Amino acid sequence: MTLPLFFFYLFAIIAVGSAFMVISAKNPVHAVLFLILTFFNASGLFMLAGAEFLALILIVVYVGAVAVLFLFVVMMLDVDFASLRQGFLQHAPIGVVVGIIFLLELLMVAGSFVVSPEVTSAAVLPMDGVDNIRAIGQVLYTRYVFLFQSAAAVLLVAMIGAIVLTLRHKSNVKRQDPIKQVGRRPSETLEVVKVKSGQGL
Amino acid sequence: MNSDIIDFASLAPAYPEMLLALGAGVLLVVGAVINKERSLFVSYGAVLLLLVVGALVLFAPAEGILFNGVFIADSFARYMKVLVLGGSVFSLLLALPRTKENGTHKFEYSILVLLATLGMMIMVSANDLMSLYVGLELQSLSLYVLAAIKRDDSKATEAGLKYFVLGALSSGMLLYGASLIYGFTGHTNLQEIVLAIATEGRSIGLIFGVVFLLASIAFKISAVPFHMWTPDVYEGAPTPVTAFFATASKVAAMTLMVRLVMDTFQGITHDWQQIVIFLSIASMVLAAFAAIGQKSLKRLIAYSSIGHVGFALVGLSSGTQVGVEGVAIYMAVYVIMTIGLFACVLSLRTNGDYVENIADLAGVAQKRPFVAAIMAITMFSLIGMPPLAGFFAKWHAFLAAIDAQLYVPAAIGVLASAVSAFYYLRIIKVMYFDEPAGEFEAVPPGLSVIMGLSGFLMVTYYFTVGAPLANFAHIAAGSLF
Repeated sequence: MTLPLFFFYLFAIIAVGSAFMVISAKNPVHAVLFLILTFFNASGLFMLAGAEFLALILIVVYVGAVAVLFLFVVMMLDVDFASLRQGFLQHAPIGVVVGIIFLLELLMVAGSFVVSPEVTSAAVLPMDGVDNIRAIGQVLYTRYVFLFQSAAAVLLVAMIGAIVLTLRHKSNVKRQDPIKQVGRRPSETLEVVKVKSGQGL
Repeated sequence: MNSDIIDFASLAPAYPEMLLALGAGVLLVVGAVINKERSLFVSYGAVLLLLVVGALVLFAPAEGILFNGVFIADSFARYMKVLVLGGSVFSLLLALPRTKENGTHKFEYSILVLLATLGMMIMVSANDLMSLYVGLELQSLSLYVLAAIKRDDSKATEAGLKYFVLGALSSGMLLYGASLIYGFTGHTNLQEIVLAIATEGRSIGLIFGVVFLLASIAFKISAVPFHMWTPDVYEGAPTPVTAFFATASKVAAMTLMVRLVMDTFQGITHDWQQIVIFLSIASMVLAAFAAIGQKSLKRLIAYSSIGHVGFALVGLSSGTQVGVEGVAIYMAVYVIMTIGLFACVLSLRTNGDYVENIADLAGVAQKRPFVAAIMAITMFSLIGMPPLAGFFAKWHAFLAAIDAQLYVPAAIGVLASAVSAFYYLRIIKVMYFDEPAGEFEAVPPGLSVIMGLSGFLMVTYYFTVGAPLANFAHIAAGSLF
């Protein structure tokens, strides 16, 4: 067994196992932590496939932002998952039937699926000696500059929207005023007092 | 490398969009830095910016396909951009008097209108499924926030949330349709899709994709059966925002509809024609009957706008150049009428609140005769009474359908107009013949100017803007064929 193959199976088994734990863990915080483990292993699979940029983006975006957001939501909303699970056994037969129908459909699709011979030969990475990030950089600001900038405007709208809908300036909160702080002079705030020994102020 | 941008001058077709994006950014910084009490400064800046962009679109025409085929600037896009910008400018102007009561006193209102307009301009100029989606999402996200900008008002928040959830669903349908079209033609570029359909013919997967794509756009133009959100959102959102929804946003989505069916899917005209005819008949009939029972003025306007989309789609269903001209003229007239209507609604305040119900309009004719007169003119124009603008709009749309031998949609359109006359005339009856109930506050002069302008254009349409508009629409429609 070659080393990449070993790592492939390692990542794949942990990914599937932890994905299963995401849906079966009792504690929602544990479920989110298992989700993070799944993301890490998926990113390892990307790394093996030669997509190092995607692998790192997956960690930065999904682990760094999305999963942490999930954690916040789970911890702050305090959803009672036990009550959500009630009636699980009642509805289980319907779920099983739907699952079996899905499985059959998938099998039928997969059974009639033929991989065209050209695809397997074209599975080599088409970039000759150019790594991921360089390849993306070459098209992001040239070929796709319009879409890239428009997407930036979408993000700007999301930011403005979040601020305009939620930010409230409270009047009784003390705020830091850097200009006032820097502009403070010793003469305005300090007073040198001569105290004779043995006497209080 | 990989780019068709050689120097700055080759960006000329995209100058208006670039200026708008840059200006929105500058005004955002200005608004964040200056004193909160002077947010009007940002509003005036935004109006000025939109006017400059509009002048650029009108008087410095540069046409072409840019950014490796994702962006197109042609006569059709220019015509529709002028309409979109007009709708945006007037939504900003309508919000200027009484900003506090409208909930539009935050400077972010103007910025979001600018960014939504940018999204609409990208939609209008979309020549690729990707830019189509990005533009649509830019405008939709801005509109969701705008609907809920009066955040302490439960109706406005409900409108925003409802619009967001259903809008996200329609975006999902759009993406699914786009992925099917990409999968079955192998292209995202609209021109390449035309070629692919011409060489490979139609396939079931492609038709599925087209259905999903058109359903999603029908949601944005609020055509039946994708209209459910419209009355709630129009009622809940602040009135100037509703004016923005009803004008600019509809024009942009209608442009997408026209460009997709007339240009991209011209090879499968027979397939999309059924969809458009259904949307059009269903919208006209449902709007005509559902509006009769409405008590709220803004809900009535929402149903009326659904009906007018149906009338415009009658023209589109013909699938001819005359039909596209009909849609273009219809949208222009619709924008003029809607702006006038919303100026009337915003100018009527009684007991410290805007007029909500139709019954509250009683006695407007005695107390505010000018507003009542403009409102009456608008109602007659919306019905399609002969010398007014609305008549010519409907005439162009129905004529195109009759030319294409689509007698059924045209006949149903005429009948639906007759039914809808009932609820339009009811408003006039309440205004002129019912006993006055309360006092109305003074009308801000700015709104009077807008009402006067809109009324003037509706009455003198045939002698003033009619001919140049038809000419411009003819050139615009020509660029799609």
